[in-house]
Amino acid sequence: MLRDITIGQYYPADSIVHKLDPRVKLMAALIYIISLFTFRGVAGFILASLFLVFMIRLSKVPFSYMVKGLKAIVILMVITAAFNLFLTPGDQVLVHFWIFTITMEGVKNAAFMLVRLIYLIVGTSIMTLTTTPNQLTDGLEKSLMPLSKIKVPVHAIAMMMSIALRFIPILIEETDIIMKAQMARGADFENGNLIRRAKSMVPLLVPLFVSAFRRADDLAMAMEARCYVGGSGRTKMKPLRYKKRDYLAYLILIVYLAGIILLRVFL
Amino acid sequence: MSIILDKVNYVYSTGSAYEIQALKNINLQIEDGQFIGIIGHTGSGKSTLIQHMNGLMKATSGGIYFNGRDIYEEDYDKKELRTRVGLVFQYPEHQLFETTIFDDVCFGPMNQGLSKDEAGLRAFEALKMVGMPESLYYQSPFELSGGQKRRVAIAGVLAMKPEVLILDEPTAGLDPKGRDEILDLIADMHKKKKMTVILVSHSMEDVAKYVQRIIVMNSGEIIYDGTPGEVFRHYRELETIGLAAPQVTYLMHELKEFGLDADTDATTIEEAKKSILKMFR
Repeated sequence: MLRDITIGQYYPADSIVHKLDPRVKLMAALIYIISLFTFRGVAGFILASLFLVFMIRLSKVPFSYMVKGLKAIVILMVITAAFNLFLTPGDQVLVHFWIFTITMEGVKNAAFMLVRLIYLIVGTSIMTLTTTPNQLTDGLEKSLMPLSKIKVPVHAIAMMMSIALRFIPILIEETDIIMKAQMARGADFENGNLIRRAKSMVPLLVPLFVSAFRRADDLAMAMEARCYVGGSGRTKMKPLRYKKRDYLAYLILIVYLAGIILLRVFL
Repeated sequence: MSIILDKVNYVYSTGSAYEIQALKNINLQIEDGQFIGIIGHTGSGKSTLIQHMNGLMKATSGGIYFNGRDIYEEDYDKKELRTRVGLVFQYPEHQLFETTIFDDVCFGPMNQGLSKDEAGLRAFEALKMVGMPESLYYQSPFELSGGQKRRVAIAGVLAMKPEVLILDEPTAGLDPKGRDEILDLIADMHKKKKMTVILVSHSMEDVAKYVQRIIVMNSGEIIYDGTPGEVFRHYRELETIGLAAPQVTYLMHELKEFGLDADTDATTIEEAKKSILKMFR
């Protein structure tokens, strides 16, 4: 029922992208997002597309998995496209009716904006599909470590994040079970008007909150029982260390970003 | 009046890396008034199987018939099916949500479309059946002890007056006293209300003591289906799949090997006692 949610969905496969250091992948996602909003014109678009196809091929994750994430932002895409389409001023007017004007620039803007959004989702989902949530928070913690110099509790934030991520599947499963249990008692979550449907959520949400608090309490107790005190002095079983392939990946990224910038400046 | 499962298959996460076939070609007939135990290892498909019986899960292929009607027919009323086949989930106390115990038990009957008075009457009856003291009826269910919460949750299903009652590990996490109380309660309902009861468990002693028929599941398949005596005759095979026969079975087999005329089909302490006393008469 609720298994379609793709947040933090790791797809196990044996590829070079899976093996990369999570810090590289975080940086890659960031650079890719920047590049998407930097490129202008067809040449930049082709380069960004080629890079994406290259990454998808390399990751060995089925393309259908990445497309799944797009479903969630269909409405956002439609609204963005509509705004760009109707509200871009320009000289070349294609269609004009009532208060709407569609210009050539509008069509171009809408198309590019759509492509950017789609690439953004697909590109970042490569990162989440090839990195386990734990690796991801590890990478984030290490990348943000310099901030702890200015008293940002980096370790605590990373810990909270990994716990939150860990709880997502648990709570989804729990929701599924509670939903079924209430359905077994004749509850109806699908039919009725908005108010009735909102009301039907009470038998689902109350037990869910109770169990979330119970779980949080148990976890806190278990951590304390094992003398957890936080960041300082903690070592890792598998510390992150850059390997050759990671430096190579950084190099490719820099070349790619430089290519995008050059294309923008000179074309 | 029966539940028939015909070549039921169920596959989790079809087409993904995590594809698992949870049920393989299940054929099963459950007659009226039977007291059945389903046993199997964790992940053997027990819970998946019982969720098919009241239509909460839809089989990937195969058919399920309740009282002769296909439950996958377009116009079959699933909601009614669920009130006739009552399902008590594992740790049912986690599903309590109302402000008072009484209101929580009323939830099921109210969903059936009964009036407030009728639902209240049903709730009263059900709470009485599970032995809740009246002084607690208007307390918050969250203040009760674990065993009491579970009784309230079971009452919540009983209040719908199901014809078939399915319980998924109703004794998990209870102390021996609470366990016996719940099982006695279930056995009592089977006897007095003539309900069909299906008990999912992995405690052989519990199952052997109460049920008439045992279904053993292993990795999505039914491997044994028969009376406790018949099933526990395969105690060696049961061990290889991580289950075991009741201790009494082992005792009786050892007595037999010792050369005594012990009844190896005895599965409860009572039966074993009789057989042993007979030997010395």
